Amino acid sequence: MKTVEEIKTAIEAAVPGVGLTIIPNPGPSGQHSLLLAPEHAASVAKFLRDDAEFTLDFLSNVSGVDWPDKEIAEKVKVTRQVTKTVDGEEQSVEETVEEVRKHVQPGFLEVVYHLYSVAKKHGPVTLRMRTINRSDQVELPSLTPIWRSAEFQEREIFDLYGVVFVGHPDLRRLLMWDGFKDHPMRRDYVEPDDYEYEPTPHDSVLLKAKAHQAAVAGRESAQ
Amino acid sequence: MTPSTIDPERLEGWNRPPIIEPDGEGDLLEVAMGPHHPSTHGVFRMDLALDGERVIRLKPVFGYLHRNHEKIAETVSYLATMPYTDRLDYICSLTNNWAYALAVEKLVGQEVPERAEYLRVILGELTRAQNHASSIGFLLQEMGASGTPLMYAFREREKILDLFESLTGSRMMCNYMRFGGCRVDASPVWLDAVRKVVAGLPAFVDEFERFLSGSEIVMARCQGVGILKPELAINAGVTGPMLRASGVNYDIRKVDHYGIYDRFKFRVPLGDHGDIYDRYMVRILEIRESIGILEQALKGIPGGPVMDPKAKIRNFRPKPGEAYGRIEAPKGELGFYLISDGGPNPYRYRVRPPSLINLTVLEDMCLGSNVADVVLIFGSVDIVLGEVDR
Amino acid sequence: MAVDENLKIELGKQGVFVTTVEELYNWGRRSSIWPMQFGLACCAIEMIATTMARYDLARFGAEVFRPSPRQADMMIISGTVTKKMAPQVVRLYNQMAEPKYVIAMGACAISGGPFKQGYNVLKGIDRYIPVDVHIPGCPPRPEALLQAFMTLQKKIDAQPLTGEGRPRHLDAEAQGEFPVPVEGEHDLEPASNKGVWTVPVVIR
Repeated sequence: MKTVEEIKTAIEAAVPGVGLTIIPNPGPSGQHSLLLAPEHAASVAKFLRDDAEFTLDFLSNVSGVDWPDKEIAEKVKVTRQVTKTVDGEEQSVEETVEEVRKHVQPGFLEVVYHLYSVAKKHGPVTLRMRTINRSDQVELPSLTPIWRSAEFQEREIFDLYGVVFVGHPDLRRLLMWDGFKDHPMRRDYVEPDDYEYEPTPHDSVLLKAKAHQAAVAGRESAQ
Repeated sequence: MTPSTIDPERLEGWNRPPIIEPDGEGDLLEVAMGPHHPSTHGVFRMDLALDGERVIRLKPVFGYLHRNHEKIAETVSYLATMPYTDRLDYICSLTNNWAYALAVEKLVGQEVPERAEYLRVILGELTRAQNHASSIGFLLQEMGASGTPLMYAFREREKILDLFESLTGSRMMCNYMRFGGCRVDASPVWLDAVRKVVAGLPAFVDEFERFLSGSEIVMARCQGVGILKPELAINAGVTGPMLRASGVNYDIRKVDHYGIYDRFKFRVPLGDHGDIYDRYMVRILEIRESIGILEQALKGIPGGPVMDPKAKIRNFRPKPGEAYGRIEAPKGELGFYLISDGGPNPYRYRVRPPSLINLTVLEDMCLGSNVADVVLIFGSVDIVLGEVDR
Repeated sequence: MAVDENLKIELGKQGVFVTTVEELYNWGRRSSIWPMQFGLACCAIEMIATTMARYDLARFGAEVFRPSPRQADMMIISGTVTKKMAPQVVRLYNQMAEPKYVIAMGACAISGGPFKQGYNVLKGIDRYIPVDVHIPGCPPRPEALLQAFMTLQKKIDAQPLTGEGRPRHLDAEAQGEFPVPVEGEHDLEPASNKGVWTVPVVIR
């Protein structure tokens, strides 16, 4: 099997103007992946499937991953003017202070494809695609027209993560019922409160049971 | 329903199921088969549109056993997920354990001692044998042989479950593999008991085959029904005995050489036609190959530890990274995709369920055939709902 | 009104069979409990194993699994009831003819079990329908299911036909149909049937 760098060069030679980034995997498994630009995903996928050298005809696994907004705290040294009383006189002095600045790195939804080749018996090649954000720009191109095995898996990701796959022939919820409104595999999903009876709560369940009891007490005192 | 109500987007640009035109006489009958139906192996629903006896459209409906396995696994530690994997494909808990252990071992770069690898092979192949026997029993049950073939299969399954119970403490939910080995060592007495059961298996398969393989009913109902073409099977990600029954030589034991499978001599049975009969036959032959692997493994099992002494058990926090590990489970390719962010819980835990993905082609296989054959075609896929819905 | 045991034996020797209507009626009910062929999850496999040759449920007159709820006397809730499946379970229970019984088999059917924290898992089927026998275990062994059968048979045997504790089908005022929950936007509505399930008091 070729390395990710070689695959990247081969794809860039075949599909001009493709935006590819190598996402390194620091772990011992060494399965590095390629980040695709959504607008070129279909042509890259087609190339990988049909090219005689790769023949990645078998899409094994499609996973959704949720990366919520991340707050990053940085320590920055700032110089500013401070008024101080020196020897009984007010003076303006420059002073360096450490300040913690927070900025939010916007989150996104990610879809990971693991490809193998049945004909050449090699793999895996890992492809990733990312949405722009987690709320309104969650469209990604569907790879179901290229590999049929994505049909149910992409429906599942649409159901549980809320990624909208453009070009999917039948994009409906797969596991939850049709009237369901949430995307439960997202990390900020709040599950319905049915913690009224917990005989032996502990850890996270204890917290949830306490929250339920507090909510009930609040409702009763309001009445 | 008229043909014009078929979604136009379904028509072009993808490897779609064929479109069957109704003959125009009479109305179409829409049937919801399941989620409570004796032949759906649990809580699975198919929405069928029938033109007389012919199936015009088939839509599987999932989620009736969606137990949030992946979400729960992201809230508990790596090891605490091991018992949950038992409950994925609850007929073959040990191969699920193995796939998950393999994925985590890839994630942290963990080695497994030789004796543990042998034990894994022995347990995995016993699991495969009992799964294939029961799945054939269920298939025959759906063909109308109410109970009898299933009783033969379960008689043998009970013997294998006894072995699991005496080694792991549980009949079905074994929770036996660990990251870097196995939980407890097998005693020589247990290995002798396995030898005894394995010695009895060929007679069972012979008996099973004597009753079934040449049976006129089995041949009439299975041959030429539910044909799956190899090109579609590969494109739709079908794996396991279903793929091999369509004539595609792809067995992950041979392709990935995971564990110690390259030490054993075994053949990969392949089908010619890709019909139900071929799937039945591939499963029978796989039991025979499993018996061969078991005999070799029982002969060659070395002494030594069953757990890598360097394996980290307490405070198990893999370094940030990700890994995809897969094995050839009895149902097909069972894979686990793990992302670690350095914490004690997996950041993302994904199961690649062979049962769900094998069902992608159910519609293609069933369209145009009679509604009675749908039950058989569905049975020949060999699914377990715990894994389909997770 | 029970007949004196010694008198019964004595009369039996003379070829006279004496019993009460209650005893005869309950004997008939308990000796042929036909379960519904209805499996949900892992426990269903153990349920099938119970009907097979080694454990042989036929000894209890209960091997005739009926695919239709109309012909069944008992429902074995064998496995996890998800929120997507719960309306169907209640509907099937409603379709069964009286007298009908429910065995909740396994931890999931009782309380959600290991999957209790799941967003789609119902925390016990007794939130919607009355359960006669609970069997713990994950999954319970076939012996445990047999034990549950025997417990249910004892329960039927002890049921009086008149008065306070009479079975539901002899009570004109008893609830016949149980409300089927509806799939809502976030959860089932209602989250539990207040007429069947009240929050148990936890004593600490």
